[in-house]
Amino acid sequence: MRRALALAGALLATPAIAADTPLAVPDTLAQRLQPCMACHGAQGRASRDGYLPRIAGKPAGYLYQQLLHFRDGRRQNATMARLLAQQTDAYLREMAGYFAALDLPHAAPTPSPAPTALLARGQVLAQQGDAARQLPACSACHGTRFTGVQPALPGLLGLPRDYLIGQLGAWQTGQRHAQAPDCMAQIAKRLTPDDIGAVAAWLAAQPVPPAAQADATAPGPVPLRCGSTDHPPP
Amino acid sequence: MTRHRLLRWTAGLAATGLALAALVLWLNLRGEAPLAPDPNPPAVADAATMARGAYLARAGNCAGCHTARGGAPYAGGRGIATPFGTVMAGNLTPDVSGLGGWTAAQFRRALWHGRSADGRLLVPAFPYTHFTQVTRADADALWAYLRSLPPVAQANAPHALRWPYGSQAALAVWRALFFRPVAGASAAAPAGADARLLRGAYLVNGLGHCSACHGSRNVLGGSGALGGEGGGSTLPGQRWQAPSLTDPQQLAMGQRSAAELVQLLQTGLSDRAAVMGPMADVVADSTQHLHTDDLQAMVAYLQSLAPPATPAPAQPPREARVMDRGRQLYADHCVACHGAQGQGAPGIYPALARNPAVTLPDPANLVQAITGGGFPPGTAGNPRPYGMPAFDLPHDDLAALATWLRASWGHDAAAVTPVQVLLAR
Repeated sequence: MRRALALAGALLATPAIAADTPLAVPDTLAQRLQPCMACHGAQGRASRDGYLPRIAGKPAGYLYQQLLHFRDGRRQNATMARLLAQQTDAYLREMAGYFAALDLPHAAPTPSPAPTALLARGQVLAQQGDAARQLPACSACHGTRFTGVQPALPGLLGLPRDYLIGQLGAWQTGQRHAQAPDCMAQIAKRLTPDDIGAVAAWLAAQPVPPAAQADATAPGPVPLRCGSTDHPPP
Repeated sequence: MTRHRLLRWTAGLAATGLALAALVLWLNLRGEAPLAPDPNPPAVADAATMARGAYLARAGNCAGCHTARGGAPYAGGRGIATPFGTVMAGNLTPDVSGLGGWTAAQFRRALWHGRSADGRLLVPAFPYTHFTQVTRADADALWAYLRSLPPVAQANAPHALRWPYGSQAALAVWRALFFRPVAGASAAAPAGADARLLRGAYLVNGLGHCSACHGSRNVLGGSGALGGEGGGSTLPGQRWQAPSLTDPQQLAMGQRSAAELVQLLQTGLSDRAAVMGPMADVVADSTQHLHTDDLQAMVAYLQSLAPPATPAPAQPPREARVMDRGRQLYADHCVACHGAQGQGAPGIYPALARNPAVTLPDPANLVQAITGGGFPPGTAGNPRPYGMPAFDLPHDDLAALATWLRASWGHDAAAVTPVQVLLAR
């Protein structure tokens, strides 16, 4: 404060302006993490109308792993890589904890323009999977309400359809990786483009239930081994 | 008669070619002792030597190039963009795919003479032009440290350089033109030279290889001097510019407070500046780990190179319309963090008044900072940095904002045009 005043004194020609000098900057993560809000929406609450995902309220373990993946090149996004390049694990963990702890309401989804048959197919894949093709239901891991499971499985609701399609596509092409064994990569590679379109359209059209926090425990035995839950980063 | 003349010409050309080849060969081998079995191999390194080697590896930021993003430290695999193609940094760990089969003498020869273990010439993206100044003791400490790393099996990828730049013949000619080995001897110290300045010069010009980015390079990539006016270069494959450290019209280090510059190298943030872009990597991986007295020595040396400030020619008046727009944009987007007087918030947001990045002759870094935003590096001195959002403004608006910033608070730097913004973003 004293330094700021001295600085102001040196810089300002008129005392009238000096009055508005030292800037009061709140010592909060919300203030420190302003670059995140620029794309993920105020308080990390991006709506599902654009491409970028909402991060508020996702499980902390999941968010932390994604921050590490972006920084270390296992997920590809130039903006995220540039922002995180020189941040420490400890700060990334703090960022993840901040956004995970936000409990903010979701807006109702806009009705999907997708054909009813496509949405129906998406619903079957999401809730039942396709055993003949070794496709587990999304709900088998992400929770029966699709709101995720602590600490590392993200909820699938309240996200833009294009974002969901983009992620499944990135897993198919090897642009997105998770901790090995990368169960989502295995599942994504069994999906056809039509499967991806259907399941993304259906998930994006679902309302988010009122208490949308991730479940504490998995709904049942996991269908595949996943590094993100079996070997989370320390 | 004609045949006679043709013969004479051919013989003359052949003789000239041979003489030039001999000259290049001699220029490539001068100062290089034959690589006999090391008469005085470094003893098994003690803990203190190892720690010094680790420190020196930080000072040289070896890991900065020799670590792939998210990869094992020092295992190589990172591509370094150059104007001549991509150079792939090698594996420095003591695995057979790295330096496992090397000897201390071969490692020292690589630092001092830019040769690989098999005698082939290394590409000068590996800054042996600087490392030739590293002392014998420091080279051996570095070697001891690298030998202590966990071995990582990762084969070196070939460089992707355009012909002829990667060929041994081209490298030999380049060295003949631009490389003078000193094999561990620093530039001759003037009598009575200050020990601190010598230490600073050793770190800046040797391991620190600052002029690799901050010096100018000629079209063949020959490195220019660090001092004097001009200098600085746009980094290959990047939009960022590494400004001259000494030009009074650029960073003007001679006119800045030494304590502030040390703080900037130590924490990535000072009252007047925040490091961004490639320099954020350097601070995070290298300079934040250096001892304060070494940083002070480096700053003192750099300041000693700076010529006295010369007044820049006054700029013509800016267009009122542009200035009004710039002032409005500043009030809308910037004032909350950087303040009405561009004073910033110490330790949080850098001042923009008298911030050298604002007034550099080339506005590239200013445009990058505004359009990309970002965090200063996370360092021990600033572990939880406050970040700046990206402001993806239209070209015209960015030009107006930059022009206004460069004409406010006593600044008088040239106006920025929308075309400059287009090229810089």
